[in-house]
Amino acid sequence: MRIAIVDMGVGNLRSVQKALMRLGAETRLTKEPEKILSADGVVLPGVGAFPAAMEHLRRHRLVETLREVAARHKPLFGICLGMQLLFESSDEWQFTEGLGLLPGRVTRLPETVKLPHIGWNRVLPTGSHPLLDGLENGEWFYFVHTFAAVAQEEADVLAVTEYGRAFPSIAGRGSVIGVQFHPEKSSAAGLRLLSNWLRIVEESR
Amino acid sequence: MLAKRIIPCLDIDHGRVVKNVRFHENRWDAGDPIELARKYDQEGADEVVFLDISASHEGRNIMLDVISRAAEEVFIPLTVGGGIRSLEDMRAVLRAGADKVSMNTAAVLNPELIRQGAEQFGSQCIVVAIDAKRTPDGGWEVFLHGGRTPTGIDALRWAAEAEKLGAGELLVTSFDSDGTREGYDLALHQALADIVDIPVIASGGAGTLEHLAAVLTEGRADAALVASIFHSGEYTVADAKSYLAGRGIVVRS
Repeated sequence: MRIAIVDMGVGNLRSVQKALMRLGAETRLTKEPEKILSADGVVLPGVGAFPAAMEHLRRHRLVETLREVAARHKPLFGICLGMQLLFESSDEWQFTEGLGLLPGRVTRLPETVKLPHIGWNRVLPTGSHPLLDGLENGEWFYFVHTFAAVAQEEADVLAVTEYGRAFPSIAGRGSVIGVQFHPEKSSAAGLRLLSNWLRIVEESR
Repeated sequence: MLAKRIIPCLDIDHGRVVKNVRFHENRWDAGDPIELARKYDQEGADEVVFLDISASHEGRNIMLDVISRAAEEVFIPLTVGGGIRSLEDMRAVLRAGADKVSMNTAAVLNPELIRQGAEQFGSQCIVVAIDAKRTPDGGWEVFLHGGRTPTGIDALRWAAEAEKLGAGELLVTSFDSDGTREGYDLALHQALADIVDIPVIASGGAGTLEHLAAVLTEGRADAALVASIFHSGEYTVADAKSYLAGRGIVVRS
């Protein structure tokens, strides 16, 4: 099973890659549209700021590529900023358009809490989903972010986490899923979630 | 609810853990940072810090290899500090697989490094470590070079400055308490909590589990960095979390 990890140029991409490899996937860190489209599943990681990330995607013709991945119902998994990029827009630094694969926008978490949101917090599923197979309700995952999604469609919110507001910690529709936390940094629970996603990829082939 | 974090810290010299780490099971290679980090991960550590104390070019290269191996086997956040002096140092460490870099002396000598690091890699990757010692007038002074060199800089003011420059977190060590096992400097941490809005990781002084509870409640710290009591085998991370949970403190367990 081949997983393409979109090379965003910044951030710790090694951990995502190593985690997936440990779970049995063949991975490739790439920014080439053909390699991304030919993979069985695509991971969109992300660290840093929304505008810079979208600029990077645009510069490498990846906006169309990722929309095509979704159009072909090939599993697309956004992590942290990668999840945010799936939405329509973000307010970070300046208003920027995202990939628009999930309706809704990304806004700053409220000033009533310490920012960034760094540390382990609980993820509360809104229903059952194969991604959360074997994981507890309220499982702990590692978060590090200042902005979070506001999903337009309630059905797209697969799990919420409370920090300043109840924000979607897992969101998605069809083959497109995003998690606001870092599964590759969330110890055994994170590895289980990644393993569940790989099973979803396997079943979609 | 955001949990308070327990973070073991490993001092690493030329790729080997230096503190005298003792375990009950002899099969552990107590000197291998990866084995130790994995053990801590299994016990429930929320993050781990690798501090490179080798102070040499060769040591730093070996460190990159350690980080790289850690990325293959340890899946909790890894912060690396020790001798990071430039954007290139930060980039190398992050690329090798670290999630955050910690800067101490270099940040004081060149505060712009904080801003540059934050702009280049994001604030969440930038931890500013501050070593503080009490002054006679009731405040705290910043010390460099492992607590040896006074700077005349007010620690609280420096903390606020670091936040303004873009630090994502502060790792604050009380050099008066460090190694004493008599508890963290609660007053220092309370003062910090009033001054900054970014997370503070408390370091220096833990001797008992009660000390951990105190710094995370009265001390208002967001996380506790722990070395001696874990390395000595006296307490495990699981013991610490169990105790803290029993005291009503929100911890991941």
